[in-house]
Amino acid sequence: MAQAITNNKSKIKKIRRSDYPYTVAKAAANGDIATRISFLILGFGSIVRKQFVKGFSFLVLEAVFIWFMVKHGASLLVDLFHLGGQEQQKVWNDAKGVFEYTQGDNSLLMLLYGVATLFIIFAFVCVWVVSVENSYKAYCLWNAGKHVPTFKDDIKSLFDNNLHMLLLPLPVLGIVVFTILPLVFMIFMAFTNYSKLDSHTVIFNWVGLKNFAKILNFGDAIGSTFWSVLGWTLVWAVAATFSNYFLGMILAMVINRKGTRAKGMWRGIFMLSAAVPQFVSLLLMRTIFSQNGIINTLLINHGIIDNAIPFWSNATLARVMVIVINIWIGIPFTIMQVTGILQSIPEEIYEAARVDGANPIKIFFKITLPYMLFVTAPYLITTFAGNINNFNVIFLLSNGAPTPVGKTAGKTDLLVTWLYKLTVDNQYYNLGAVIGIMTFIVLAVVSLITYHNTSSYKDEEGFQ
Amino acid sequence: MAKSNNEIKAKQRWTLGDIVVHIVLTILSIIWVLPIAWIVMISFRGEKGQYVSTLIPKSFTMANYSKLFTDTGILNFVQMFKNTLIIAIFSCIISTVFVLAVSYCMSRMRFRVRKPFMNVALILGMFPGFMAMIAVYYILKVLGLSEGSLIRVALVLVYSGGAGLGFYIAKGFFDTIPKSIEEAAYLDGATRWQSFTRIIIPLSRPIIVYTVLNSFLAPWIDFVFAKVICRANKDYYTVSIGLWNMLEKEYVYNWFNSFAAGAVLISVPIIILFMVMQKCYKDSMSGGVKG
Repeated sequence: MAQAITNNKSKIKKIRRSDYPYTVAKAAANGDIATRISFLILGFGSIVRKQFVKGFSFLVLEAVFIWFMVKHGASLLVDLFHLGGQEQQKVWNDAKGVFEYTQGDNSLLMLLYGVATLFIIFAFVCVWVVSVENSYKAYCLWNAGKHVPTFKDDIKSLFDNNLHMLLLPLPVLGIVVFTILPLVFMIFMAFTNYSKLDSHTVIFNWVGLKNFAKILNFGDAIGSTFWSVLGWTLVWAVAATFSNYFLGMILAMVINRKGTRAKGMWRGIFMLSAAVPQFVSLLLMRTIFSQNGIINTLLINHGIIDNAIPFWSNATLARVMVIVINIWIGIPFTIMQVTGILQSIPEEIYEAARVDGANPIKIFFKITLPYMLFVTAPYLITTFAGNINNFNVIFLLSNGAPTPVGKTAGKTDLLVTWLYKLTVDNQYYNLGAVIGIMTFIVLAVVSLITYHNTSSYKDEEGFQ
Repeated sequence: MAKSNNEIKAKQRWTLGDIVVHIVLTILSIIWVLPIAWIVMISFRGEKGQYVSTLIPKSFTMANYSKLFTDTGILNFVQMFKNTLIIAIFSCIISTVFVLAVSYCMSRMRFRVRKPFMNVALILGMFPGFMAMIAVYYILKVLGLSEGSLIRVALVLVYSGGAGLGFYIAKGFFDTIPKSIEEAAYLDGATRWQSFTRIIIPLSRPIIVYTVLNSFLAPWIDFVFAKVICRANKDYYTVSIGLWNMLEKEYVYNWFNSFAAGAVLISVPIIILFMVMQKCYKDSMSGGVKG
């Protein structure tokens, strides 16, 4: 029983990296001969300590890995290096009397298989580390005269102290295959000439940093587009974030104020439009404001204007429109987010301010706003990042229109929608990948800084 | 008692400010509700075509709704609805299991790669999914999932495969469940597995509902991934592609009213789910065990 308690207490104790007693480095320094053999023959140390199932599993994994590398892996890595060059060819087949097509190289598949091979190698390194650590742990326990866990003990611990080893593999596999692998694949693509330009859609090659130079170069057609799209993306992100934030906060405060009746009803009305699926409301807005849409028709019918207002074909107007419609879309969400926080501001502070004779405007700028900015700073920065990536609003509303003739990006295109157009419409896959990396760098920096400054990260066990 | 007194007092005083506020709120409400009311009206509209000359339709009909279910030759709404439902159910199950498993490990277990994993997850989460869309498509192609009925499997995997990354909200919720409850169980000899399934999960109803609804809704709302993965395979289109197609030049004249009808049909359940979710979302933000 006493042992059970200490055993269970260890569940609660934190593990730091330096505390961990069974690392590869320590195994190399302190392990016995069997442990060191298991650096080469995986699982050897475990087998010696009678952990047969575990030991042989490691050994089998090693055998499979070596077989894979010899049979496919090595040549796949070579392919990754040169990406192929053999085009599809017509060969006269004398026996059949017809032309036959030989299988040409497909650089894309070579790249994909090569990247997958890199992942397999990385996975094997992880297996290797785990196996060495296991061997060393078995040695340490055996050396100290303690009970070396049997296979049955290991299975039991999967449901207890090692529950994460049971729960995590599948989700992590999903993340690796559907998020990380595609990401690495895309990053590699940014360094190739995989593009419809010069018809490199089947066979392409490494070009180093050429694409980055092209994008960052003001003189180039693509480069100048990049800088203007980047500029508009930042303007959009700032305008969309702060317009929503301040207008939403003011509206929430107006609903919250003492004299307002039927608070629940007003909130419900705004919530209703937030509940409509976004692509429906966006397509709806696009239709309403189109050249022959209901707004233009009504205005013309009533003689207010003579010609339709070019909502989507005038660059400035289109830019204003996407920001205004985004306010319509976004304010209900802001109200939902800030209402609770507004209500949590202690009433006494307001009372004190009023006693001292502060007017409502002063109270807003001296109390409400600083408090809100303090609490919602992380939310604000995540929203900013989300707006840089706001694909739906632009794609479904204006689709980047108006687009100048011969350009790949329209006046309202963001980096993300431009990326979509570059890859899907123009098939400039490499340039799309570069844009992706650029966006990603900005966002990764913003999100890490934000997250490290939030209280939920610094003080994550505050409530436990 | 004091409260009701205040209410009575408040009802007696209508200051100038109150009147202005209520007028402004009424105008804003009209701006926010009108487009939604308008699409509901369009869905019952009798006249055909995209170009509407009056705000209120001249005649009303149910034909737009029945067209969705009977006119399945070009745009098979029933089939799209079925596809989306199947995909939504499966991806919802997988996503929920993944999210709960990862959240529990991140909240309660302490192991070496935990912090790095959380940082990586944060960066990846910021990365817009469709940026790697082309790559995902080729991976699915290599796995042999890009043709025929396997497209549904592909879509399920796309929606749920990376679900483990979305653990932040559920983890935050688990973090608020007091450790002392589990510690008591451990002293009675409970294992981690038992604490996960018998203590944490029953205490996490709001966050489970939230996760389930969110992952169920994703396939109904997503548009880009479905389009890239289905390409021209009409049999496997989801509802959102269908609605988008109804506004394309060649269909819009005949299908505009039905677009409105379809939009209403999928919006109503989503609005209901959203209202449910809203409550759970609030609960999940305020923590698991209160008092």
